[in-house]
Amino acid sequence: MEFSAPVLNYTLLSPMLILLGGALIGVLVEAFMSKALRPITQLSVTLGTLVLALVQVWKVRNEQSVSAAMGSVVIDGPAVLLQASIIIISIISVLLIADTEHFTALAASLPGSDEERHALQTGNQVTEVYPLTLFAVAGMLLFPVSSDLITLFVALEMLSLPLYLMAGLSRRRRLASQESALKYFLLGAFSSAFFLFGAAFLYGYSASITFSGIRDAVVGGGGNDVFLLIGIAFLSVGLLFKVGAVPFHAWSPDVYQGAPTPVTAFMAAATKVAAFGAMLRIYYTSFANAQWSWTPMLTIIAIITMVFGSLVAIAQRDVKRMLAYSSIAHAGFLLTGVIALNKAGLEASLFYLFAYGITTVGAFAIVTLVRDSAGEVTDLNRWKGLGKRSPWVATAFAGFLLSFAGIPLTSGFIGKFSIFSAAYESGARSVVIAGVLSSAIAAFFYIRVIVLMFFTDPVEDGTSVEIPSSLTSITVIFSLIVTIALGVFPAPILNFISNLATFIR
Amino acid sequence: MDAANYLYLSVLLFTIGAVGVVVRRNAIVVFMCVELMLNAANLAFVTFSRINGDLNGQVVAFFTMVVAACEVVVGLAIIVTIYRSRRSASVDDASLLKR
Repeated sequence: MEFSAPVLNYTLLSPMLILLGGALIGVLVEAFMSKALRPITQLSVTLGTLVLALVQVWKVRNEQSVSAAMGSVVIDGPAVLLQASIIIISIISVLLIADTEHFTALAASLPGSDEERHALQTGNQVTEVYPLTLFAVAGMLLFPVSSDLITLFVALEMLSLPLYLMAGLSRRRRLASQESALKYFLLGAFSSAFFLFGAAFLYGYSASITFSGIRDAVVGGGGNDVFLLIGIAFLSVGLLFKVGAVPFHAWSPDVYQGAPTPVTAFMAAATKVAAFGAMLRIYYTSFANAQWSWTPMLTIIAIITMVFGSLVAIAQRDVKRMLAYSSIAHAGFLLTGVIALNKAGLEASLFYLFAYGITTVGAFAIVTLVRDSAGEVTDLNRWKGLGKRSPWVATAFAGFLLSFAGIPLTSGFIGKFSIFSAAYESGARSVVIAGVLSSAIAAFFYIRVIVLMFFTDPVEDGTSVEIPSSLTSITVIFSLIVTIALGVFPAPILNFISNLATFIR
Repeated sequence: MDAANYLYLSVLLFTIGAVGVVVRRNAIVVFMCVELMLNAANLAFVTFSRINGDLNGQVVAFFTMVVAACEVVVGLAIIVTIYRSRRSASVDDASLLKR
């Protein structure tokens, strides 16, 4: 039997390869560098690799190829847009991760043990979070560009496994942090088993593991529709889990609350872009002709997700949990873009993902700043009067919340407007009505927080706002500028997206 | 023997695994049930590979084994850490974060 070497297009794969290389360098730095130089080296390596990967993505922006890696990876306009969004979100999240205050000095030590105290006092801070971030980002870049089931599954695990570990690295409340890692891991592994089982049945249906093979089988018909239905349903469970849609959302409030806030920011924003990217690709290309089989299911899930997320968020007293439920509601809004199944829906989803991701990182960056002597203060009651104590921080947070709520002149408005109009165009009326109504419900609790910050008197309980480090300030200011700029002048970026947003098959 | 029987077996194993994840309380056992589900998916892949006369399904099975091994490394690390700090691997005890 003849074996032929695979032909790889290294230029198109380079963003992912650069990130993996950077991650491996990070592992070596962790092992051999002296502890004094470690944090700064790790930060420079991580930021350097991310910027280099972004440059590479920019260079290949006009390329289109289905054969970047023997038909396993497809590079097209949406792929470039999604990869660029993920890298930009990762860069501003890494600036938050750079604040080692949030991370345990020694993750392997027992919480409260002498070992941990010793590591903290001698400044022996381990910095494994940087290589883990890079591995996760590489997986996230691969996830939305995979074009066969093996690559999709490997990328899913590649982005998930580092995130499970990162969730457990918090310095404060370590037991809660470890608990969130356990919950994230067990539920994540459970959902990826469903994902794989669904993939097996899609393979059984189409006798092909590539997305184009599955599409041909769907278009040609003739296969066993039971296999197709089981396949789509189980594969969707895995994807819907990653985006945090109801009823697969149970992990997200706990993990958002327990994980270190910079990790929450990264996970909330970048995972959503990657997972929705993969979802858009597989639904728009492979399953498009089997629309009858998944649109009803996805419509119901989208409606439940929006309404549930918005209603439960009202009852939250913890700012991180509130943002978690708000992200569940946003997953519902984003699902309307998948249901729309037209070019406008794809463009709107890509815009929404980028805008929402940046705003999310900005909002969590503000959460890292509100502290007392025991660490971050996430109880909303203690955020009272924040606007009087530190007007700038409160104003920035208000800006992010208004964008989440979809108030005009913020990126959230343009995102919601374009995604709902795309869904309306495609005839998915029920989902649009539910979306608009739950946006109204959601606006209530965002504005309640703003009222709490600006129109109630501060309580003296030791809560104070940290002076942001220069890196954190960059994240906040960048996110705020993007949030407002995309709301006021969305045209250039909308045109840019519109020129690129076509899946090739 | 009819290849479809292997498919029934794989669905059965998957169901046992899924039920196990839901009803068992020890994190290690829950994790073993997840592994059972992954292997059920593997069996389905190999069976379909046989039915369809296409080798790709068997390749997927190899990849899944590797990924499952990585998952074991990460999973046991997390479970052991939890066990060391709580002296218990029960998923019911891990309830600091309010529902």
